[in-house]
Amino acid sequence: MDALLALWDGAFGSSYAFWSATLVRATPLLFVGLAVAVAFRANVLNIGAEGQLVVGAMLASVVALGGAGAPRLLVVPAMMVAGAAGGAVWAGIAAWLRRRFGVLEVISTILLNFVALALLSWAVRGPLQEPTGVYPQSSPFPPSSHWPFLLTGQRLHLGFALGVGLALLAWFLLARSAAGFRLRLVGAGARAARSAGGVAAERTITRVFLLSGACAGLAGASEVGGVTWALYEGLSPGYGYTAIAVALLARLDPRWVIVSAVFFGALDAGAAAMQRDAGVPSVVGQVIVATVVLLVLASGAARDRLPGGRRVPAGERG
Amino acid sequence: MELLLLPFLEASVRTATPLAFAALGELVTERAGVINLGLEGAIIAGCLGALVGAGVGGPGFGFLGGAAAGTAMAALFALFVITLRTDQIIAGAAITMLGLGLTGTLYRTLYGASGASLSSPTVAPVPLPLLSEIPVVGPALFAQTAPTYALYLLLPLLAWWMHRTHAGLALRATGESADAAVAAGISTTRVRWAAILFGGAMGGLSGATLVLAQVGTFNEGMSAGRGFIAIAIVVLGRWSAWGTAAASLVFGGAFALQYLFQSAGWDVPYPLFLGFPYVLTLSLLALMRGRSAAPEGLAKS
Repeated sequence: MDALLALWDGAFGSSYAFWSATLVRATPLLFVGLAVAVAFRANVLNIGAEGQLVVGAMLASVVALGGAGAPRLLVVPAMMVAGAAGGAVWAGIAAWLRRRFGVLEVISTILLNFVALALLSWAVRGPLQEPTGVYPQSSPFPPSSHWPFLLTGQRLHLGFALGVGLALLAWFLLARSAAGFRLRLVGAGARAARSAGGVAAERTITRVFLLSGACAGLAGASEVGGVTWALYEGLSPGYGYTAIAVALLARLDPRWVIVSAVFFGALDAGAAAMQRDAGVPSVVGQVIVATVVLLVLASGAARDRLPGGRRVPAGERG
Repeated sequence: MELLLLPFLEASVRTATPLAFAALGELVTERAGVINLGLEGAIIAGCLGALVGAGVGGPGFGFLGGAAAGTAMAALFALFVITLRTDQIIAGAAITMLGLGLTGTLYRTLYGASGASLSSPTVAPVPLPLLSEIPVVGPALFAQTAPTYALYLLLPLLAWWMHRTHAGLALRATGESADAAVAAGISTTRVRWAAILFGGAMGGLSGATLVLAQVGTFNEGMSAGRGFIAIAIVVLGRWSAWGTAAASLVFGGAFALQYLFQSAGWDVPYPLFLGFPYVLTLSLLALMRGRSAAPEGLAKS
């Protein structure tokens, strides 16, 4: 009971808890949740948001560290571009491997996560390490690269607003634009899209990969620019995996990703408080996330939206 | 040269052992037409199960505990994909997340909040007489621990079983064409349940080998992606038992490369070793051109 109270207090107990803990933790989840939702809608199984986030964070850090002295108005947007580009490149590798060699993206994106983590581990001990060379992390970023806060006295930063805007844009494009229609068509079945709709499925799939990766890369840029102001290992406590839960709970609808990201952000903030105040380990959060995914799956809520085809067939009497 | 090569070969076989357990289990699961991304979760559960089991009754109980924990995770996966007919990939990813979170939580609850390392009884290498004296390959292959020898016995047995028995045929038929299997009177539900549980038990043994024959303790997340590598190994092994074993050995070598470089005194940044096996997997997957040898019904209806 104490633990549950601590969880609630940590997420919603005060205005600080809500604006500076819950929403700040919801921000990266918003981006990665969006990345997964958009990909899954096109039946692209991007399990690699984690790696794309990490690469995005690395490139954004390069910009932040290199942009000392430049005006903030220039550096912050440049970080966004760098983050998105990093994520897109990383997802692009998986897209290329699928298109050119037929490598299942489920496997390639997961493996690329590990490669990205190794790269990060190398970067903070090599080219991006702080000058004394003692700690495996970058120098603190110059103030010109700090993303602006949205409210005085709270840690909520520009990233959240950007994420919400992006989610609404994604919803609009998905629901109303021709490209969104093509994406959904491909999700329903690449072969059908090709023959019935004259859609270049391969090209659409590649674009979805890149867009999805860019979203996840923005999560990395937003974390280093808005929260940590430095690059280090363990930057993401598995946001890229939680993203699957965020997207599924939102039934792959970008608008609902906002709500779902705030929900998981609250869980995350609450779990941290629970560990601090009630001594309950915060890995419990991971268990909760996994349980939510399984419950959503079991309830069948994801079934009507998820392009079918990876289910064990029924219709046998055995 | 031999001074460099011997530790490398020995380490390759040692590192390949847990990979081969997991990959051979996944091979059977995939031959039934199911891809289990929850394998990673079964491995990490096997790690903790082995620690608990070995703490109660020594290494023998450790392997039992590991297999039981892996089977339990697989049972949960089977419940979702067979009984509830949910998406295999997402259910698998969730099971992996659950396994990683649950083992971390349980470990801290059972053995203290700090998660301090706790040493477990381990099994020592047993050099086989005569065989281990063969030059070069002898010590590498025949001065290993019991789990490696168990694999030597299991591998031909599995290959024979898959291709020369009715049960093996039922397994392959279920994966190639479920409809045809049903028409032939095979209960594909039962076959898939059995195949998934076997895969989970093998994943658990993989984790147990990691703890009891190699690391000697439990660390959070110590499975370190082996479940995903095992899935890639099955692809590289072209869904055959011998191929899977060979591919496991290649990966054992990739992981063991750091020992070779260290003993040779070549200075390569450690994090690059961490990334190498994964880059190698990706490259080999590309070279193998995807899923041409995959069971026809794998991961689809």
